[in-house]
Amino acid sequence: MKSLAELEEIRKRTLDQINLRTNNQDIRVVVGMATCGIAAGARPVMNAFVEELNKRNLSNVAVTMTGCIGMCKLEPIVEVIDKDGSKVTYVKMTAEKAARVVVEHIVNGRVCTEYTIAEADK
Amino acid sequence: MQLYRAHVLVCGGTGCTSSNSNKIITELEAQIAENGIQNEVKVVRTGCFGLCAEGPIIVVYPEGSMYTMVKVEDVKEIVEEHLVKGRIVKRLLPGASNKDQNVSADSNDFFAKQHRIALRNCGVINPENIDEYIAFDGYKALGKVLTEMTPQEVVDVIKKSGLRGRGGGGFPTGLKWEFAMKQEADQKYVCCNADEGDPGAFMDRSVLEGDPHSVIEAMAIAGYAIGANQGYVYVRAEYPIAVKRLGIAIQQAKDYGILGKNIFGTDFSFDLEIRLGAGAFVCGEETALMTSIEGHRGEPRPRPPFPAVKGLWQKPTILNNVETYANIPQIILKGPEWFASIGTEKSKGTKVFAVGGKINNTGLVEIPMGTTLREVIYDIGGGIPNGKKFKAAQTGGPSGGCIPASHIDTPIDYDSLIQLGSMMGSGGLIIMDEDTCMVDIAKFFLEFTVDESCGKCPPCRIGTKRMYEILERITEGKGEEGDIEKLEILAKNIKASALCGLGQTAPNPILSTLRYFRDEYIEHVRDKKCTAGVCKSLMHFEIEAEKCKSCGICAKQCPVKAISGEKKVPYVIDQNKCIKCGVCMEKCPFKAISKKA
Repeated sequence: MKSLAELEEIRKRTLDQINLRTNNQDIRVVVGMATCGIAAGARPVMNAFVEELNKRNLSNVAVTMTGCIGMCKLEPIVEVIDKDGSKVTYVKMTAEKAARVVVEHIVNGRVCTEYTIAEADK
Repeated sequence: MQLYRAHVLVCGGTGCTSSNSNKIITELEAQIAENGIQNEVKVVRTGCFGLCAEGPIIVVYPEGSMYTMVKVEDVKEIVEEHLVKGRIVKRLLPGASNKDQNVSADSNDFFAKQHRIALRNCGVINPENIDEYIAFDGYKALGKVLTEMTPQEVVDVIKKSGLRGRGGGGFPTGLKWEFAMKQEADQKYVCCNADEGDPGAFMDRSVLEGDPHSVIEAMAIAGYAIGANQGYVYVRAEYPIAVKRLGIAIQQAKDYGILGKNIFGTDFSFDLEIRLGAGAFVCGEETALMTSIEGHRGEPRPRPPFPAVKGLWQKPTILNNVETYANIPQIILKGPEWFASIGTEKSKGTKVFAVGGKINNTGLVEIPMGTTLREVIYDIGGGIPNGKKFKAAQTGGPSGGCIPASHIDTPIDYDSLIQLGSMMGSGGLIIMDEDTCMVDIAKFFLEFTVDESCGKCPPCRIGTKRMYEILERITEGKGEEGDIEKLEILAKNIKASALCGLGQTAPNPILSTLRYFRDEYIEHVRDKKCTAGVCKSLMHFEIEAEKCKSCGICAKQCPVKAISGEKKVPYVIDQNKCIKCGVCMEKCPFKAISKKA
């Protein structure tokens, strides 16, 4: 190793990969993965999230799973929780919608209102 | 680059490895593949988490859920429930009480009171991957030192931090470096003492297993500070996992050019080699260690000259302990003021203790200096098993002494322990409950030093043996009037005249138990009694006639056929035949057999 810049580059690159083990995540994406969620297609949704985040190098986002939220008819349900604790609940998700949520909500901070639970109730 | 949504960290320390964590990793990988989630979940083998009593340990991120005492059969459930469905497997959480706040390792009582500096990366990174070390600011301190600081500045920072040697003596590290720096010589050396030999101590092993790069980085920093281009790590061959990971780490550092010539494009070159020790306790003593590195029989030599003046191959040398080194990069990065703000007035920073003996959470803990023994035992350690009473704690291994229950609220630091007649030592902390005989403990440690004495100087070679013989006599009920005084005279003379640290400290376990538990010695000598019921010659087993149902189980189990009896008549033990193994007491379904002093 001939320079500190090289070291810094390795540091940044690896930190992205293992940031998961720190408490430095800004945003949590929680996918409902109970029987109802899985039956409704939650797995491709979650994979889409992981893939999309990977593509964009967003290591500050954790994708986790949870059980049944209780509104099985609206599954797959995904909650996006910001660092301040505010929560947006997306319902009837698909892989395509997931990709949009990453771009719109997580990257640009604009909630995709049309996918939220509030819209579904209307 | 591949991002994973979950990381499964499995402890690969010696403790968990011996309870099968390797098989767990194999099974995890198999189950993960079976569920088709191998591209989402990453399995990482880490160093010791510290909660060895509860091993094998698995931590799943991002939740940070810690699973304890995991068996190979549990793996399927963890994968299917947690990793596939996102449901935490509550029955495997620590304490099994499954309080919700126990889900994360950080909120567990065992971890909450700790302050991890030396162990900061243990259980967090993969020790066999240099990139993960770099990700958590690894080798940044070396970069800073080489490009921004002069050797004198490095020494000043270490001096200002107040760091003292973690191997036992507590000598100020900065001062040691300064002595070596000021020597004029064509060649100097940096050595690391990883010859951890105290019974029950394993913190150095855990640092090498969990975070070997921190030691390598610190040794390079030390090399720059004193002007050495060659380092040696003296590690015992009985630590195969530590040796293997250290070897991998050194190779990785060499491949990256962090060890070798012109590090980071500067004029500084540094190389590192491993030297394996054959496990002699005396080789943990600095002069004996260096003699052993030179290829001679590991025997100490008189000081002065001190190693900083004439050490390895008669050249100026510094020797620091593994844990001391593990603190260095953090001190450079965060500043000496930060380090000095932790701990007590004269003992700065934290200390790692290997907690063992009669305590619920056996394992590795790192606490700020000045934490009380009570906090370590009851808050972090989870208390004494079976509701027994705390009697004493042994620190400093065979060179140390004990702290009795009356001093349980003493803040632990170098000086308070010396005042109590014990010492910090390398950090073994053995907890003893009311069933422990202090004479027997002193005998145990003395037996160790008698075995490990190198034989070079008579006070240690002959003196410790004589002390051991007296103790043996006392525990066999053959103690005589005057034995205790003889022990004291011998102890004082050996302390004053032995050549090296091993001999000078060998009488400590006797002196400290005599200081706090003299009554127990007197009881053994005069009344031929061992209240704790440990010394076999001073106790016997008895069957209580009223409780005995004449089932005959004890007689069947007795290996020497010392128990006889017949139906409807209480059984009796023939004391002449009895070898006091205690099997009968264990097997009696009616608890009719007990120990009598």
